[in-house]
Amino acid sequence: MTALVQRVKRSYSTYWYAYAMAAPVVIVLGVLVAYPLGRGIYLTLTDATSLNVGHTIGVNHIPDTFKFVGLQNYSDVLFGPGSYDRFWSHFIWTIEWTVTCVVLTYGLGLGLALLLNERLRGRTAYRLMLVVPWAVPSFVTVFSWRLMLADGGLVNSLLSFAHLPQPSWLEDPLAQKAAAILVNTWCGVPFIMVSLLGGLQAIPGELYEAAEMDGASAWQRFRHVTMPGLRPVSATVVLLGVIWTFNQFTIIYLLFGSTNAPDVQILVTWAYQLGFGQIPRDYAQSATYGIILLSILIVFTTFYQRWLRRNDQTAV
Amino acid sequence: MSTTTDLPGSTTRPTVPPTAVKRPAKARRRGERSRPAALLMHLALGLAAVVAVFPVLWIFYIALGPDKMDYLHPGGIAGKATLANFSKVLGQTDFLKWFGNSLIVSSGTALFGVLIAASTGYAVSRMKFPGLRPLMWSLLITQMFPVAVLIVPMYYILANLNLLDSYGGLILVNSATTVPYCAWLLKGYFDTVPVEIDEAGRVDGLSPFGTFWRLILPLARPGLAVAAFYAFLTAWAEVPFASTFMLSSDKYTLAVGLNTFVSQYESQWNLMAATAVLIAIPVTVLFYLVQKNLVTGLTAGAAKS
Repeated sequence: MTALVQRVKRSYSTYWYAYAMAAPVVIVLGVLVAYPLGRGIYLTLTDATSLNVGHTIGVNHIPDTFKFVGLQNYSDVLFGPGSYDRFWSHFIWTIEWTVTCVVLTYGLGLGLALLLNERLRGRTAYRLMLVVPWAVPSFVTVFSWRLMLADGGLVNSLLSFAHLPQPSWLEDPLAQKAAAILVNTWCGVPFIMVSLLGGLQAIPGELYEAAEMDGASAWQRFRHVTMPGLRPVSATVVLLGVIWTFNQFTIIYLLFGSTNAPDVQILVTWAYQLGFGQIPRDYAQSATYGIILLSILIVFTTFYQRWLRRNDQTAV
Repeated sequence: MSTTTDLPGSTTRPTVPPTAVKRPAKARRRGERSRPAALLMHLALGLAAVVAVFPVLWIFYIALGPDKMDYLHPGGIAGKATLANFSKVLGQTDFLKWFGNSLIVSSGTALFGVLIAASTGYAVSRMKFPGLRPLMWSLLITQMFPVAVLIVPMYYILANLNLLDSYGGLILVNSATTVPYCAWLLKGYFDTVPVEIDEAGRVDGLSPFGTFWRLILPLARPGLAVAAFYAFLTAWAEVPFASTFMLSSDKYTLAVGLNTFVSQYESQWNLMAATAVLIAIPVTVLFYLVQKNLVTGLTAGAAKS
């Protein structure tokens, strides 16, 4: 009996401390994430723009005049007039962008990690150089790319030297997309490469020796030892890669600016444009995009987790 | 914690030059390979390294050109290279002010973020309590929040709290995005500290908080440093929050200030390039100082549990 009382008492004190210690983060996330999220969801149900939202001019306070419109924003964004040009074309491009970027960064990252994992002279030097795109803040390197991709910039000079066509990287829609993918891949490879390299080094060497004893070819060793060994790390970096690429703001925003280049805007930058890049600012539509984006990611993550679990893996 | 304590280059294993060992191809040991194969690997890595480094070197190079259109005629720069752009940026623009702002905001984010992330990381690492899984999940889901959904309501919260255009406000919103990851990272680190240490502390009569504060935090100093650097680097390179919440130009951070250069100085790309270089140097140095730990921390946090 006393043991039970003691256990209850102890668990109470443990919980108490646990909650107290988790409280600061919960409060900060509550104020800055949960409340804005709730407020954002509320805004999606209204027709709020910068014209009818309460604000203060000098000493006069102008109250809110926007009204509740129900699910009208969602139906307008998804099915309203011009919804293809406003939403679906950006949606398709966002999916293309995410898939292409993640496949490219993962593929290149894996290839480089495999090379760096070999006993090779100077691999420390190689590794230090390959990490550069991660080390330098992306807003700096994106400007460098902008200089190189400009008309008459370095890239086109090289292309003309090789007698190849010179697309207008920062103006022609198709070339803009290629440029965005190129720069994002360049920025994203180091993180994946380094994470996979860590994963490779965690695979016990004995596994390879045993496989070699059994006469497995290099490809079979890769297929049946390396890839399974990398699965936990891969699950995480792919999930993070998808989330980060889907929400990639900086690269597109800085490479093209937010006003021109409508074709290359992914949903995140497009939503930002609606909320902050135009006048009047359309808060309700911008928030609607945000909620739709978040829903897409949550659906994706749920399915991804389920798929991983079926394969005895979890990313979380 | 079986991942990445051993990175390439952190140990130099004895390498056998391929020519030194003459052995029939079939008897080659693992890790040795034929000469053409090694050559190919060097070729691939070398090419990748050039692609990785080139844009950064290029902006250095452009920054040396005195004329704003020099980036179109890069061949001409070599003959007239000068450091004038750097001195102009440092002396005649708001660069140093913005640099100071960035420093305040980034250090503030690092300090505040790690302070509150550490205790949460410890709680989720050591204590099993109802609500643990939802908490871990919400930390992950916060990673998914698109700026667009948060930025409008955050704008109003900051406006209501009178925190627009202030360092405190920007530190707070930056923390909202860095704290979840820091907590995640630190949980991974605390998991590697043996539980026996906690138990010894409890036996000696310390409260859970006392154990955390007196015993675990000092032991976790490398982990804390990694989380702090992560928060610092993230805040340093943050664009959307800074460009939305900092309204007056004397509160701009470098990321925002750099963007205004393009219009403000009629596309003076040479000055912009010099600014970019000046921004990049300190954080790049910082990054290389911590990169080995950063990677361990990132993948330990990621590949665990």
